Amino acid sequence: MKIVIINYGAGNIQSIMFAIERLGFQAVLSNDWMEIKAADKVIFPGVGEASSAMRMLVDSGLDVLIPTLKQPVLGICLGMQLMCNKSEEGNTIGLGIFDVDVIKFTPKVKVPQMGWNQIYNLKSPLFQGIAENEYMYLVHSFYAPRCDEAIATTNYELEYASALQKDNFYGTQFHPEKSGDIGEKILANFLKLKD
Amino acid sequence: MLTKRIIPCLDIKNGRTVKGVNFVDLRDAGDPVELAKIYSDEGADELVFLDISATEERRKTLVDLVRKVASTINIPFTVGGGISSVKDVEVLLQNGADKVSINSSAVKNPQLINDLAQKFGSQCVVVAIDAKQIDGQWMVHLVGGKVPTNLNLFDWAKEVEDRGAGEILFTSMDNDGTKNGFANEALSRLSELVNIPIIASGGAGNIQHFVDTFLDGKADAALAASVFHFKEIEIKTLKTALKNNNIEVRI
Repeated sequence: MKIVIINYGAGNIQSIMFAIERLGFQAVLSNDWMEIKAADKVIFPGVGEASSAMRMLVDSGLDVLIPTLKQPVLGICLGMQLMCNKSEEGNTIGLGIFDVDVIKFTPKVKVPQMGWNQIYNLKSPLFQGIAENEYMYLVHSFYAPRCDEAIATTNYELEYASALQKDNFYGTQFHPEKSGDIGEKILANFLKLKD
Repeated sequence: MLTKRIIPCLDIKNGRTVKGVNFVDLRDAGDPVELAKIYSDEGADELVFLDISATEERRKTLVDLVRKVASTINIPFTVGGGISSVKDVEVLLQNGADKVSINSSAVKNPQLINDLAQKFGSQCVVVAIDAKQIDGQWMVHLVGGKVPTNLNLFDWAKEVEDRGAGEILFTSMDNDGTKNGFANEALSRLSELVNIPIIASGGAGNIQHFVDTFLDGKADAALAASVFHFKEIEIKTLKTALKNNNIEVRI
């Protein structure tokens, strides 16, 4: 199986590489169109600030490629947020894969949300064999509100979509690669998905 | 609900774990990678590695260690100690660290906080603050608590938040090493003053101290070293006790 992690200059890529290795696979880092198109699975990571990450994506032309991919694609954290219509962070126009706008938590809660929180209302093959209310590791100040494409819900200030799916596109706000053994199982589920 | 976090801290010198009592009298407590794996398996929510070595080779040794830890464990970890530039941080993040903690370098060059937050995001910038009370005022100290500054803890905390820090790791030098409990009054004031998470550090001696720092100190996370390294407190037992006190934890 060929796993490509999209390399556009944003994100803690090494952690995902190591997690995939622990699952018995190898991933390659690439920003090459042909290599990404030919992959069986594509992971779209991202940490940092939305508008500068989006700029890097546009600079490498990957903003055009990603929405056209046909194989399973997993956006993680900021990766997921960039797959939405737009983000309040830096007034960023996203890839428009998920039909939802990313907005910021209010100062009623500590921002960023940092730490372990539960995921529930799970509905996707991504969560095959994962119990409701397991804890995942999250670090974020912006979130996708509840919407039709939500496949997991988390409560912080309010109930929001902590994972999204549309066709072959998946996104998790949490970091499966940093969420212990349960997180690794979600990553393994993604790698097992059929096209 | 978002849980409170339990964070073992591994002080690293020349690739080995050490723990100071009041920051002197270092004792060897084992191999950091092995300890990291044990803590991760026992249910630690995060780990902090604090590099206190001062040799020329330190940077390379630290990067090797970060890679080994990142390849072994599947929970987040923070690396601190001697980090003073954007380049330092880039290398650590590229090798698998999730966050970095800066202390003296932030006091000397506060712009570093802005630069790191801008380049890597606030979520990976932890500002560590060591402070102790002088004439009733909490004053920030540098170099492991040896060098006093003119900065007031609360003013500095507000400033680091404004500059883009994602989290504050507050160590009370008055409490550190005493095993008499965390500085809950100052912690609670900090937690109300800023709107970013606060990690309590310094003074953990028994399970009740952790209960108190979450309830009275309003801390978001609690960090300790020797009580974990010398198995005086098991993380599983601690978390069960916290849960019994209606404190949300990941078990």
